[in-house]
Amino acid sequence: MRFIQETWLTFVRAFRPALRSPGALIAGALVPLLYLVLFGPLLGQTKAAEGVGSWQWFVPGMLIQLTLFITVNAGFTLIPDTRSGVLERMRVTPVSRVALLLGRVMKDVVLLLVQAAMLVALAVALGFRAPVLPMVVAFAMLAIVGVAVGFISYGLAMKLKHEFLLAPVVSGLAVPVMLLSGVLLPMDFGPAWLYAISRANPLTHVVDAERAIVAGDLTSTTVLVGAAVAVGLFVLSMGWAVRTFRKEYA
Amino acid sequence: MIKVRGLTKTFNVKGFEIPAVRGVDLDVAPGEIVGFLGPNGAGKTTTLRMLSTLLTPTSGEAIVAGCDLLTDQDGVRQRIGYVGQGSGAGPEYRVAEELVTHGRLYGLSSVESKERVSSLLKRFDLEGAEDKMIGALSGGQKRRLDIVMGVMHRPQLVFLDEPSTGLDPHSRSNLWDHVRAMREQDGTTVFLTTHYLDEADALCDRILVIDAGAIVAEGTADELKQKVNGDLVSVESSSPEVAAEVAAKAPGAGEIVVEGPVVRFRIPRGDSALPGLLRDFDQAGVVVQSIQTNRPTLDDVFLTLTGRSLRDTDAATPMPAFQ
Repeated sequence: MRFIQETWLTFVRAFRPALRSPGALIAGALVPLLYLVLFGPLLGQTKAAEGVGSWQWFVPGMLIQLTLFITVNAGFTLIPDTRSGVLERMRVTPVSRVALLLGRVMKDVVLLLVQAAMLVALAVALGFRAPVLPMVVAFAMLAIVGVAVGFISYGLAMKLKHEFLLAPVVSGLAVPVMLLSGVLLPMDFGPAWLYAISRANPLTHVVDAERAIVAGDLTSTTVLVGAAVAVGLFVLSMGWAVRTFRKEYA
Repeated sequence: MIKVRGLTKTFNVKGFEIPAVRGVDLDVAPGEIVGFLGPNGAGKTTTLRMLSTLLTPTSGEAIVAGCDLLTDQDGVRQRIGYVGQGSGAGPEYRVAEELVTHGRLYGLSSVESKERVSSLLKRFDLEGAEDKMIGALSGGQKRRLDIVMGVMHRPQLVFLDEPSTGLDPHSRSNLWDHVRAMREQDGTTVFLTTHYLDEADALCDRILVIDAGAIVAEGTADELKQKVNGDLVSVESSSPEVAAEVAAKAPGAGEIVVEGPVVRFRIPRGDSALPGLLRDFDQAGVVVQSIQTNRPTLDDVFLTLTGRSLRDTDAATPMPAFQ
């Protein structure tokens, strides 16, 4: 009970500045919205989405791209706090170390879900269609992946301690993971080696699952595999981030 | 309130073992204001961070506010307040909301926390700042806000790390008044670090002098000053060499240095030795232009104990920056 309250307090505190500048929220979602408008229509000309409409195929991928790029940058907000004394001040309280991290990650995930909803709204205007229940499931999976990527980002921030070190590592990880997950074009377009690598990328399975969910196949193996991968990522990344927190910050 | 035995901390930096604290023993009684005085890199902050659970000691043991530092960190955390060197309040928050959240992190209810905030803001001259952005406060206000944060949950013991660094003289003495008031009104025990002599002198009941990771002396400011061999006498005259010879014959005089027309030396009870000295100078034909005596400062104490001046040692002990 205490743990939930501590997480909630950390979450509310982390969320406050975002409420004061909602403009940043829109700016953060701008890149995926641009992809949707300026890249999405090209897909209609390919065989990318045979059998389903091109929007049905493209929008789930864009949601994953949004998730990745929003939460992978979460760690940047921790570094000024480690430097100023804000984190130190919280660490001398009896608050659970997990709550101190989880509250922050939850903030990033809530912002992510708001931006994802904006993206879906625009997509619907462009011709994307999906029933409500599958979309709720799709968003739940986004949230789980978002928490996982957020923990990884905070873990990296704690290890690297400087923005100029975190920035190249974050983009060095996020860009290949994004390209190899098949969010832009189907991976089976590519040569066999590329396809093989993409199957080893955990995010590929989440993207496939999101597409299956949007198509309404909630109980297919693809969805189950994707969900298992998402939960696995969540557990591993949280364990690693909390361990790193305890190690780097006693 | 604090009992520390054999506390050490060794940092491992790129394969090198760097001992930052080499076996500290100390005791602090309830209601005391105790200061850790030493140059940068002496191990003051490292010790303070260990005692406030921010760093794990390499060896040694400590009881802090009645709880074992090694086995009951949460117990220690609930009972102590800690004000670090950096500002603990987020600049992008408003004063009251940040304080209320902080109180609630200690388990205060929303109502309790709000009441505590308004009474503390009043006490620390921050009334009316409730809705100001923390980033817009002055240096002195921010430092008082940090202390308010440190005492939100009514801790029995408060650690202050370099509390007045970077403040102007007026804000500093104002801050000292507030620290004294914490003890007088709530009986709070205060343990602080400083590399300012005047701060240790003005604020602390007892001073622990630390150098290169070990405590080299402890006592009240007066007790420490008695360790110095008497008061400093400076005599400006027409014949400093003769004056130096005269001074050398005076009972108890030592550390005689001639610098241009000025002779400096130390002599016990300088004020009562002065009339006799003047007579001796006169008889030796020394024409004295000016004469002054200075009580020993804590800087003299540090010089006597370590052979180095506090003011010169800021860069003397290279210590890597730890987060």
